Amino acid sequence: MMSTFNLAARNLMRYRRRTMLTALLITLGVAALLLFVAAAGSFKQTMVGSITDSMLGHFQVHRKGYTASIDNLPLNMSLQPKAVAKIETALKAEPEVAAYSKRVKLGAMFSNFAENTSIRLNGIDPAAEDATVPALRERITEGNKDGPLVERGKVLIPELIAKGMKVKVGDTVVLVVTNSSGSVNGKNFTVGGVLQAVTGPGGRDGYIDIADARDLLRMENEEVMEIAVRLKSIDDLSAVQKRVSVPLDEIRNKEDKPATELHLWSQLSPFANIVAMIDMMTLFIRIMMVAIVLVSVMNVMLMAVYERIREIGTLAAIGTQPGKLMAIFLSEGLLLGLFGAVAGIAISYAVVGGMNVWPMVFNFGREQIVLHPTLAVSEVLGVLGLSIIVSGLASLQPAWRAARMDPIQALRHV
Amino acid sequence: MALIQATNITKNYRVGDLDVPALKGISFAIGEGAFAAFVGPSGSGKSTLLNLLGCLDHPSSGTLTVHGRDVSTLSRNEAARFRGEHLGFVFQDFNLVPVLSAYENIEYPLLMVRGWSPEKRRERVMKMIDAVGMTEQERPDQMSGGQKQRVAVARALVGEPRLVLADEPTANLDHDTAYRILNLMKTMRDDFGTSFIFSTHDPKIMNEAELTFVLEDGRLQTEGGVA
Repeated sequence: MMSTFNLAARNLMRYRRRTMLTALLITLGVAALLLFVAAAGSFKQTMVGSITDSMLGHFQVHRKGYTASIDNLPLNMSLQPKAVAKIETALKAEPEVAAYSKRVKLGAMFSNFAENTSIRLNGIDPAAEDATVPALRERITEGNKDGPLVERGKVLIPELIAKGMKVKVGDTVVLVVTNSSGSVNGKNFTVGGVLQAVTGPGGRDGYIDIADARDLLRMENEEVMEIAVRLKSIDDLSAVQKRVSVPLDEIRNKEDKPATELHLWSQLSPFANIVAMIDMMTLFIRIMMVAIVLVSVMNVMLMAVYERIREIGTLAAIGTQPGKLMAIFLSEGLLLGLFGAVAGIAISYAVVGGMNVWPMVFNFGREQIVLHPTLAVSEVLGVLGLSIIVSGLASLQPAWRAARMDPIQALRHV
Repeated sequence: MALIQATNITKNYRVGDLDVPALKGISFAIGEGAFAAFVGPSGSGKSTLLNLLGCLDHPSSGTLTVHGRDVSTLSRNEAARFRGEHLGFVFQDFNLVPVLSAYENIEYPLLMVRGWSPEKRRERVMKMIDAVGMTEQERPDQMSGGQKQRVAVARALVGEPRLVLADEPTANLDHDTAYRILNLMKTMRDDFGTSFIFSTHDPKIMNEAELTFVLEDGRLQTEGGVA
């Protein structure tokens, strides 16, 4: 009929309004944290997905030192065919690798016969690129979306250049490059499509067939500047990085030093800094929630002990062990935290459900983002656990005080 | 063997730099089934003595045995266990737990202190409720002072203690109710063989008590009686 938790629940309901207000505070803290995590998580997921699926892949392999001067697109820092073969062997041996794409990257002058501008070109194998960055196709705003990504003699150009240079699909343009030996070479291309802008590097990136890129550069060997890799699941990224790094480290240069380097998407995109900032904000909100729970529960429990000093004296006098007294007050704090957190979780699920029925749309840079927040069970359980643990910690001191109270003094308390 | 054997017990309280004596070498014995009262003016040491008998405090010197156990050196946990197993308390202000019903207040020592099984608890609590003439559902805020004290008596007796200590149990009750409570306690003593010791300056209790110890200025004026 009565247990420690039952007694604790009844004691909480003794001061119904105070209990409800404190629980409401905890509820708001938990809901604020979970909703931020859900919305920020959705934003992160959308952005990371956009960056990795339409441009970078999950990780990339380059010749050692290439990324340090990647802005200049150096032609003399390519991976030689022998190294490329070894990298491909390593990638094929890794079961979590879904696809990879070899790229020849080069800087070129883009001319519409009236004006010139610079363009960063990616020479790609259309099928491999499609498999590695499947969302690239979705960025094609003009041109054929259903055929191969690029065909020989055609170029996909960024929206920025299409608008700036006033060219459209089907127009002829000239791409002029300087190769690694200093020779200048130019070739006519047809604009095969226009690519929607994307946040971060890549805003001036165009795409041509890898064979065209090698022709332009008069490349005799099948060198590549970059190998972009897509995994079956991005969650396995760090594990795959560790595994793939082993065979890659065995590819040595003449000085017997590693000839390649592996970079994760987060090391290549400035959006990783925004992700880090979001994570930092989540941490601060988490700390605020802990502070709210800690202060509110401790305040209520200190008041509860103070208001029930005579009762504590009575319970101690009739033989209640100090540990049991402590358990009664600890249970009150834990129940308060549990009740507040469960209500906060219920509200969060309701709001997240609503946000999926009526999605929030906003612009981030040149991208339109539609939030589809979700609450991970692990996050919900983590917040619930944290609330209960913090409530327990907040009740510890008042409960200890109750347990250590001198029964005589307590019974005399007015 | 006496239920309580006190030999030359003293109790001093530290007030600032001074030791203030509350009990100055008291010796007495009380047997099983006693209905005894410690009487005396305020500050005579009645409550201090009751606290020592109830293992809520330790004597400064002397020996005190209750139910054959030297209780003068019990630790906090040992004293709590001893109280829970052998002693019952009745307070001037009833001191019921307000969130519990009459039944639950009476059940509390069996559940939270003694850990009895539900069936055993139910049987015992119902017996006590019948004995004190209460109903089980009432909450303290729905009870009169007399009803609260009945429940308090039932709570004190439910664990079948050998000794019940009552500190001014009739002070907050009217004349008739006070007599009914005293008669109830006497009936309980007769039915269950439990000893009752009061601290009081209520003449009603003094008249009903079968053994009276008069305390004055920390000294026993009537010493060494065995009921």
